[in-house]
Amino acid sequence: MYTQGLDQAGKGDPAAPREETAAQRDAFQARIDAEEKIEAKDWMPEAYRRTLIRQISQHAHSEIIGMQPEGNWLTRAPSLKRKAILLAKVQDEAGHGLYLYSAAETLGVSRDQMVADLLSGKAKYSSIFNYPTLTWADIGAVGWLVDGAAIMNQIPLCRCSYGPYSRAMVRVCKEESFHQRQGYELMLTLCGGTEEQKAMAQDALNRFWWPALMMFGPNDATSSHSAQSMAWKIKRFSNDELRQKFIDVTVPQAEFLGLTIPDNKLTFNEETGHYEHSDIDWQEFFDVIAGNGPCNKQRLEKRCKAQDDGAWVRKAARAYADKKAAAEAAA
Amino acid sequence: MISPSTVAAYATRLGDNALVLGQRMIELVAASPELEEELANANFSLDYIGQARMFYTYAGEREGAGRNEDDFAYLRPEHEYKNLLLVEQPNGHFGDSTVRQVLFESWYVLILDALTRSSDEGIAEIAARAIKEVRYHLRHSSQWLVRLGDGTDESHARAQASLNELWRYTGEMFVADGLDEKIRKDFKGPDLRHIEAQWQENLAAIVAEATLELPGDQWMASGGKQGRHTEHFGFLLAEMQYLQRTYPGASW
Amino acid sequence: MTKQEWPLYEVFIRSRSGLSHRHAGSVHAADDQMALNNARDTYTRRTEGVSIWVVRSSQIVASDPAETAAFFEPAEDKIYRHPTFYDIPDEVENL
Repeated sequence: MYTQGLDQAGKGDPAAPREETAAQRDAFQARIDAEEKIEAKDWMPEAYRRTLIRQISQHAHSEIIGMQPEGNWLTRAPSLKRKAILLAKVQDEAGHGLYLYSAAETLGVSRDQMVADLLSGKAKYSSIFNYPTLTWADIGAVGWLVDGAAIMNQIPLCRCSYGPYSRAMVRVCKEESFHQRQGYELMLTLCGGTEEQKAMAQDALNRFWWPALMMFGPNDATSSHSAQSMAWKIKRFSNDELRQKFIDVTVPQAEFLGLTIPDNKLTFNEETGHYEHSDIDWQEFFDVIAGNGPCNKQRLEKRCKAQDDGAWVRKAARAYADKKAAAEAAA
Repeated sequence: MISPSTVAAYATRLGDNALVLGQRMIELVAASPELEEELANANFSLDYIGQARMFYTYAGEREGAGRNEDDFAYLRPEHEYKNLLLVEQPNGHFGDSTVRQVLFESWYVLILDALTRSSDEGIAEIAARAIKEVRYHLRHSSQWLVRLGDGTDESHARAQASLNELWRYTGEMFVADGLDEKIRKDFKGPDLRHIEAQWQENLAAIVAEATLELPGDQWMASGGKQGRHTEHFGFLLAEMQYLQRTYPGASW
Repeated sequence: MTKQEWPLYEVFIRSRSGLSHRHAGSVHAADDQMALNNARDTYTRRTEGVSIWVVRSSQIVASDPAETAAFFEPAEDKIYRHPTFYDIPDEVENL
């Protein structure tokens, strides 16, 4: 059970980590190998705890920042039904962020600390949300491709070794399935509509295809954290495995829409049963991660503004609660 | 003489309030003071959009001219929208939007309560569904007004200023026009004089708990029910209707 | 930093009458009333949760997993707690 007592795990000199014996680490690994769930107050290597905090908080930040590119078209949604659907999706994202911050807090980091790290630029979030949503079709592309990629990542995480994270992911996955369907259905409507609508859909695919592929992270060969994360069952499949699966599943979906994937080297290999594709431009990925994507600055600014504008409100709520508590104590 | 267009017009007006307020609340997405408040705001916006859809759909049915909910929302010009001026006011800061919610919701919940007893079954049914949502909204927004009013000196000052600024839009809620009178007489609709008395009593209690002061009698703005809006409304409509206006006849 | 934060509450939901409350996660809130509202908005969006409990996280007292052996194992020795260890004749119903 996680209580505020866990904060103490984070306190203490980071330069002098507590001693971990080989026996402890072996016993821990044995539990992982036996598919046991690790819970908040169980013994765990410090590196396991730190990796999880990083991964879970990044995931949470992504949900929160992700509300912005999608929220961008809420006021302009072209029908009341679409407006309601998009609003429900954005609301789900806020909820998912909450579940994930909640899971991360079980590891001894506070919500305040995580938010501060996001706003200072220290913490990362998924690269995809640094791209703009320029047309209504982008909302369809985001639902279809971005949520599709996210689902591919998230379903295995329902079985990750850390209890609170896996339970949060089960909640998230239950709610996520409608997100991808609504995006694809939006694209279907556009592709079956006017020439202008079809062109809008193709343009959205052209701009979101490669950034969606980059969501799976760098190639396995260059990915530093992967091996240990796999051993600890925090990561269940490699970046390239998931990316390939996504491509194989998505290309036929694009064909059904009558859209062209923006890759002239895309071909189905009969022998391997997979699609081959052009090389990904990893320079773009690293630029975006480093803060030089189209929307990094404005995403953070909007989040910072909400935080700053809300400071007096949060303070007022706290002051009121303290006053009431004092009055009750005196009574 | 009972005419279906009375009910259609009244339902449309209720839909307009819900849609315009829902639209304003949607603008607050990703701007809330805390993540938990984001969820509440999104929940409530969804409720209002849902109510707008129900009212517009019903209005279209009663009108019998084949208009659907989107025809009402996207293809009418400014002067055909008959929402209260209160709900089209810009969001401002959290104090402004909270005060707006409390002023409107404390009125709306009384109107809906009366409408559940209306002899028009369609309106009564929608009102019965909506009132459950709006009771919860009012609880939320009035709790926040109390926290702001009785929080810090700064939040108290801000909330009082918001109340003083928005007060001029409350008069319109209780001035019955021809449509209000017809609904009251022919469809057992709300009597705005009774509603006003109850509203003043309920609001006074919330405002007192928030340690705020009710503004005194003053000039009241009007025109919403006649389709004469404030300057903000044109921009709200332009943004909302953009896609349908740019691609006429397309399906979305 | 943590002094400014709204306190953390743990959320327990009974999703249908007849079931127990189950731990659903946590929310931050400035006071108990807000905690209930936040819990409802966060954890019962898709379904009607029949009942919600919120508790300040700091109020929860937990057993220490490191002491699992001492805390729990003795019960495994005291087998008379388990109903399967009593032989009841088949003719006796409802036992």
